Amino acid sequence: MTRKICVATVLAVAILATAAAFSAASAQVANTEVKIDEFAFAPQRVTVKAGTTVIWINDDDIPHTVASSSKLFKSKALDTKDKFSFTFTTPGTYEYFCSLHPHMTGTIVVETGSTAAQ
Amino acid sequence: MTSEHDDGRGVSRRKILECMTWAGTGVLWTIAGGMPRSMGIIGEAAAAEAGGLTFLQISDSHVGFDKPANPNALGTLEEAVGKIKGLRVKPSFIIHTGDITHLSKPSEFDDADRIISQTRLDVHYVPGEHDVLDEDVKLYRNRYGRGTKGAGWYSFDANGVHFIGLVNVVDLKAGGLGNLGNEQLEWLEDDLKGRRASTPIVVFAHIPLWSVYPAWGWGTEDAARALDYLKRFGSVTVLNGHIHQIMQKVEGNVTFHTAMSTAFPQPAPGAAPSPGPMKVADDKLRSLLGVTDVTFKRGQQRLAIIDQPLQRSGQQQ
Repeated sequence: MTRKICVATVLAVAILATAAAFSAASAQVANTEVKIDEFAFAPQRVTVKAGTTVIWINDDDIPHTVASSSKLFKSKALDTKDKFSFTFTTPGTYEYFCSLHPHMTGTIVVETGSTAAQ
Repeated sequence: MTSEHDDGRGVSRRKILECMTWAGTGVLWTIAGGMPRSMGIIGEAAAAEAGGLTFLQISDSHVGFDKPANPNALGTLEEAVGKIKGLRVKPSFIIHTGDITHLSKPSEFDDADRIISQTRLDVHYVPGEHDVLDEDVKLYRNRYGRGTKGAGWYSFDANGVHFIGLVNVVDLKAGGLGNLGNEQLEWLEDDLKGRRASTPIVVFAHIPLWSVYPAWGWGTEDAARALDYLKRFGSVTVLNGHIHQIMQKVEGNVTFHTAMSTAFPQPAPGAAPSPGPMKVADDKLRSLLGVTDVTFKRGQQRLAIIDQPLQRSGQQQ
């Protein structure tokens, strides 16, 4: 009897854990990647749903930064293969640039969107 | 800003590219009464003929850079320093026009100091964007900022020539170019006030103070205001780095010159998709890296600028 309770408990815990994992996954919108290469952000303009995490990856031989024009976010200098991410929770248009090479600019457009719909 | 650029001051892209072909060969040219005169391609010996004030410009050492374009940037800096030590005429001092390091790391600054100090010459620095990767520019200023204003600008006099080191790599604006900023420009105006128009002026900064190629960010947003303060002077020489290749332009009494890097070459404007490090054949690299020798002869209003590659084309190591 005691053993049965133990098994049931373990199962229940496992099911709960799985459920928690599923709910975490469903709350997450797929990440979006922006490559930094040849002194440019690609794609230069990205449209995402609110809640999306954008990940910038520096594929260039030169360090770059990702700096919001409104100072909402700013990465440290990203050396080759370094990454930076930021989660956009509020709809709007976000302009950013490389603070070392300011001719490099990009835009993230964040649209309203139920994350559950993803 | 367009890439097919003619900035309205008479320099076409074609002309710039013609100048480019001189890179790595060594050009001596003089300025007399504001008129430039190319003296043609010269050898190292010309440096020894010079009297008066001689100083050197080195630039863009990028200590810490280890990518394919040059896996050993510290090694080529050492070669440049070896060349400086071997000069027959000992220069009065060195001007370093920035990008001392690649990533502003203390170890990179240490390595650069260790090598450059072997010249046993005073070095006047201005930072490049790679030297100010820490937001508050502390790493650079703690080492080189003594006696400077703001992010590191200053002036000094030598042999009757007034030297001005400017910083155009901080507080850059989205979509823009190099930036001097109002505080520095006001300081510059004040610094020049009361100086005689006959005083030769040498201005040095990292990013070119003229529109070399705005599509790649090769220019300085508010340089026009600085040049306006300088226009009454009979002899103005502007020395820059950043673009890792030799370019020259003369506008009235102002002569602009960019130096080679000691680390890696960059492509000619528009010649590649981006201004990133240019990988060239191993035996060609040292013809595209080097130092610049500048001589001022008192009373002649004349500055001779000689670019010296680490290795001349066709010469074996």
